[in-house]
Amino acid sequence: MSIEVRIPTILRPFTKDQKAVVATGSTLTSLITDLDQQYPGIGDRLLENGALRRFINIYVNDEDVRFLGSLEAPIKDGDSVTILPAVAGG
Amino acid sequence: MSLTISRAFVDAIVAQSRAEYPDECCGAILGPVGSGTPTRLLPMINAAHSPTFYEFDPKDLLALYREVDDNDEEIVVIYHSHTETEAYPSRTDIAYAGEPGAHYVLVSSRKEIAPAIEFRSYRIIDGVVTEEEVSITE
Repeated sequence: MSIEVRIPTILRPFTKDQKAVVATGSTLTSLITDLDQQYPGIGDRLLENGALRRFINIYVNDEDVRFLGSLEAPIKDGDSVTILPAVAGG
Repeated sequence: MSLTISRAFVDAIVAQSRAEYPDECCGAILGPVGSGTPTRLLPMINAAHSPTFYEFDPKDLLALYREVDDNDEEIVVIYHSHTETEAYPSRTDIAYAGEPGAHYVLVSSRKEIAPAIEFRSYRIIDGVVTEEEVSITE
């Protein structure tokens, strides 16, 4: 099972500048675990205290994972996952 | 480092900040990839609808990045307004700045300087803010 994961500019130092990488997992949690094994440290930029960081957006295909069960969001072969940092501030 | 931007875009951002006052306004200017030239202004909805915070709606954010990719563009400028404070990045602006290649533009429409408006530009990389010169073309 392989899932394409699109990596934002700010996280590309972890992926040797690759814009997209391939990972496996049947839920977002297992996908992030696999990503972190391949690219150590990236998991910490996505999670905080075991939850998705507030200002990181992750989408499965076109849907924000917050509407798909967050870390429990199911992922299947052929899905495309996109990670984008929020554009936000005060 | 400097930002070169047209008078029309500056005027449009200032007008948007006034129209959305007292909430912060926000948006992006795109340009051809690698050019560093802002050519297409996209005002965004501030999903936070707040005088002290802004956030692109997550759905709009995805659509924006898809569009940028499809058109071989890049995000050249990310802008927002401050309504009560100076046009300098706040702590949260610095903490959440996620586009090391973008010019972060801030406008301030605070009362003390009215009717003047501050329009300033910065790079924000790894928590370090560097102000840059703004050249406005007519």
